[in-house]
Amino acid sequence: MSDYGGKQAWQEELYDLLRSNQVNLFCYVPDGGHKTLINKSIEDPDVISVPLTTEEEGVAMCAGCHLGGTKSVLLMQSSGVGNCVNMFALLKNGQFPFVTLITMRGEFGEMNPWQIPMGQGVQPVVEAMGMHCLRAEIPSEVTETVQAALNMAYKSNQAVAVLLTQKLIGAKPF
Amino acid sequence: MDNDRGLDRKYAVPELIGNPDDLLIVCGLAGASKDIAHLTNDGDNIFTMAGAMGGATAMGLGLALSRPDKQVLVVTGDGELLMNIGTLATVGILKPSNLSILCVDNGHYGETGYQESHTQRGVNLELIAQGSAIPVTRTVSIEEHIDEAKTLIRDSNGPSFILLRVSTEPPPVIKRSMDASERKTAFRRALLGEP
Repeated sequence: MSDYGGKQAWQEELYDLLRSNQVNLFCYVPDGGHKTLINKSIEDPDVISVPLTTEEEGVAMCAGCHLGGTKSVLLMQSSGVGNCVNMFALLKNGQFPFVTLITMRGEFGEMNPWQIPMGQGVQPVVEAMGMHCLRAEIPSEVTETVQAALNMAYKSNQAVAVLLTQKLIGAKPF
Repeated sequence: MDNDRGLDRKYAVPELIGNPDDLLIVCGLAGASKDIAHLTNDGDNIFTMAGAMGGATAMGLGLALSRPDKQVLVVTGDGELLMNIGTLATVGILKPSNLSILCVDNGHYGETGYQESHTQRGVNLELIAQGSAIPVTRTVSIEEHIDEAKTLIRDSNGPSFILLRVSTEPPPVIKRSMDASERKTAFRRALLGEP
């Protein structure tokens, strides 16, 4: 076991930020980079924590949450973006508020070549589908960037992807 | 074309659902959305789609988890459900008691020229729902099955999955709003009192 995805101070702060913004449902496909957020959501009795079979489910689930008045977040890895593309049409047509936090692979220091194509594709793909794409490169940028995404989503009905970059998270040993 | 495989959806869907006013309904694209838009006159308690294929069950699941005080019904077709069949497993592990799924299974892709779907060639979606740990499942293929399934749709011991086998008779004709943003806002105003 490496410490890839291990606890870092910004991850704790990020969870607290999401909760203080009344994000009450977390959905995800298991991911090392999101391990802290996922585990904290499972342990939090006031949060609905949903493991998905594919990230695409999470896009539609978050839209359904908004219909019911619940704020939600989709946690995924860069490869998951490719599983979501057509479902992003739901967000655009419905002008649904949507925040996804994407742990990046396939960029800074990647050691697994299979991660590179989708990693390179993430930003052009989400932007092509009408979403905003914000990047956090260093720990001090994380909470500010995610707060900006939450404001854009829930105040301006935008769909926003926040890329938690590989430089921020570290390259997974491979 | 196969009109011996089940009921006429224009009869069976309204019979199964009854008065839809107490339900929140999320509908998958094509026939399922037409069935429910026609039943509710494109009401504010429904969200219909004409795309985002494979998203209806997950969207309804999100709504059900968000509003445990309301009974949520997903109406989908066999093709729409097959596109994201794994969502049944997500429903099965969460088991929201206020969620029912009605799959209107005509065995064909009606929107694209009635090509056979996998269910016409032996795939049984009720068995997949059972295998996905959904505790209550039924297949409705004759009129005598309708009354019990009708009670299960509103049963608080869900989630439940109803496979309604229908003929290839087309869904009702209805002019519905294709403006998903407007429909979203109307749905939220009716449910939450805010846009």
